Order: sequence, then C-alpha cells, then structure tokens
Amino acid sequence: MESLTFRHTTRKPLPGAKPQAITGVVASGNLEILLERVLPSDACEVAIETPIAGYGAVWEAVVADFVARAQPGGVRISINDGGARPDTVALRLLQGARLLET
Amino acid sequence: MAAIVRDRLSWYEASARQRLDALLDPGSFTEALGPAERRMSPHLPLFDLPRAFDDGIVVGTGTLDGRTVYVAAQEGRFMGGAFGEVHGGKLVGLLRAALDRKPAAVLLLLDTGGVRLQEANAGETAIAETMRAITDARAAGVPVVGLIGGRAGCFGGGGLIAGTCSRLAVSEGGRISVSGPEVIETNKGAEEFDSKDRALVWRTMGGKHRRLIGAADAFCEDNVAAFRAAALTLIAQAPAFDLDTLEAEQARLRRRIAEFGDCRDAADIWARLGVNDPEAVPAMDTRAFDETVARVKEATHDAR
Repeated sequence: MESLTFRHTTRKPLPGAKPQAITGVVASGNLEILLERVLPSDACEVAIETPIAGYGAVWEAVVADFVARAQPGGVRISINDGGARPDTVALRLLQGARLLET
Repeated sequence: MAAIVRDRLSWYEASARQRLDALLDPGSFTEALGPAERRMSPHLPLFDLPRAFDDGIVVGTGTLDGRTVYVAAQEGRFMGGAFGEVHGGKLVGLLRAALDRKPAAVLLLLDTGGVRLQEANAGETAIAETMRAITDARAAGVPVVGLIGGRAGCFGGGGLIAGTCSRLAVSEGGRISVSGPEVIETNKGAEEFDSKDRALVWRTMGGKHRRLIGAADAFCEDNVAAFRAAALTLIAQAPAFDLDTLEAEQARLRRRIAEFGDCRDAADIWARLGVNDPEAVPAMDTRAFDETVARVKEATHDAR
C-alpha cells in the first residue's frame, strides 16, 4: 500500500455546515472518499491509501485541480482507493464536496 | 419527486448506504460505528489490500413506517460483501443490541459471498456468532428479516445466516446458496455444474427458484419500494420461534428432499410443484410469477 498526503491552503471555507460525508465504494476502479469538516477554514488535507504504487504525481495533480476548483477550506479528505482512474477520482472529489455543501 | 426516486431506485445497482437511505423513513437512520470512526480491518494491510472505513457493512437504527428497526447493510462491491472480523463484529453487536432493546424488527440487507478468505477464522467465527445472535433475537420475539437482491447475492456463510432468519425477501437478481457456482464447479467439475451457464445459475440459485420452493417468503421487483413493502409484510408475518416452528421446519425440509431429491434440474422441481409451463418461469414478469407462486403449495408455510 502507498500512503500519500497533500496539504493545501484555500482562499475560502467550503460552504455549508454539514460535518461529514462519504461517497463511493472501495471496489475495482472505484474509491471511497470521507470528508470531515475538522480543519481551520483555510486548510485542506487529502490523505490517500492506494494499493497501486508509483502514481503520486498523478494524485498530486488531480488533488491540486480539485482544490483549485472547489476551494474545500476546513475539510480533511480521506481516501481508500481501489484502483480508480484519475477522472473517477476527480468526479468523486467534486461529488463529495457537493455532499458536504448541501 | 424525491420519494418517487427513492422508491424506484434499483436495489441491485444501489450501494449499501443508498439502500438504507431509501428503505427507511427519510432522515431516520442513525449509524453506529460510522466511517469517521475508522474501525477498519486489521488484517487486510498484511495482504497489501485496501480497506474500507466501515469494513463493508453499515449498521444502525431507523424507523420503517414509524416503527423502530435495527438495520445492517452489506456492501457487496467491497470484497464481495465478505465477512471479516470487524464486519462480523458490527453485525453481531447490532443483533445483541436488538436482543437488549427489542426493536420492531431487525432487517439484514445481505449482499455477500460469505467469509473473507484473508481473515477466514475471524470470518467463520463471525458467521457462527451471527447465527447464534439471530436465533437469540428471534427467541426473544424480535423478527429478523433478510432482504436479498444485491450483486454479490447471498452465498457461503451468508446463505447459512439467511437460513436462520425469520423471513426472507429476494429479487430475481438476488441469489441464495451456500456453495457458489464457481465453488461447485471447482470441486465437482463442469459436468456437475457449469458456472458459466448463467441460465443454470439463476435457475438453481436465483430468487424465483428460492421463492417457489418456499426458501424465500417474498419475491420482489428490483426496486426499493418492493423491498420496503415486503419487509413490512414479512415483519407482520414472522413466525414464532418455538419448538413447533422448528419441528415444522424439520418436517418441511425432510419432505422437500423426499419429494424432489431425484430431480436433476430446478425446472424438474417446478414441474413437480405443479407449475404448468416450467420453461416459462425464468422469463415471467413479477405479476405473472406471483400468480404462479400463488398456485404452488410449497411456497407458503408456517415453518422456518
């Protein structure tokens, strides 16, 4: 297993007040994402556990793109990966952020 | 609008969380040991396998038509919904809590291939403890109703657990058995059971066959509304768990082997049950199938 953690500073907190949300399933080509509103409102942390080693640069790019788009300030994101493709990861992250907002 | 979407949600395609959310009264579900508590498998990292925050099972309490129910839903897509140590511990804990608190029923949304091989001893123990906890709950007057319609079906120890429930509802896509198709083929050869013959698999283990021989007590269309209606009906019809019920069950199973033991195919059994056109059963829609079931004596009983 490979563990990756990325920390970002955001311009604003993620809207809404819902404390946590989960989406996705750990299955082949899929992943689960747990979002918890536990950080300072300008911080976002994404921690990933993946059985597929060697794709840190791709994860870094996908996470950076997501943070820039969603501005998920205050949210700690934990991912259990089942070998999801980058596009699936990006969609799930946005889906998770939306769940936390509503 | 939202209610219509919830009702029409495909049970087979939905995740464990989606099923619970749509099945119970809106907003009534409270999860125990939720994902944020991170009670994950201590064994899977040894095999370099990914874990799930809830170890593949969602447990908690909610209301169904206003009455309190305890619920557990297995996620069939995470490791085939298989029983590991934490997964089993959560289910057993729920059942023991039900014994203590006496909800109107326990609903088990089974979706499992059986024991998780990577933690087999813990999984086998979990199966045994679950069966004991189910019988304890039933003996205390709490009906335990199994709802089976997920992509993993209900196999291995899950099949044994299903056999200890008060009542079972199953859909066409839900399959119930102990040894799965591949296991039988591996041990007995493709001449005995060809696991690639999907029609054979569904004919032998699928929901329609289980309903016709009385192994399941309700046949559901593949949507949440059908499973909710079946759950409410079966809770109301749960048999007493006493010596009379067990003796009736023993007699029913003995009669079943005597009457059908020499059949070579499920369709032979259906013919002997009095189904007019057994070959037509797999293609029947729910209404036609329900009419067929209503004419079959074996499908209705007071046992289990």
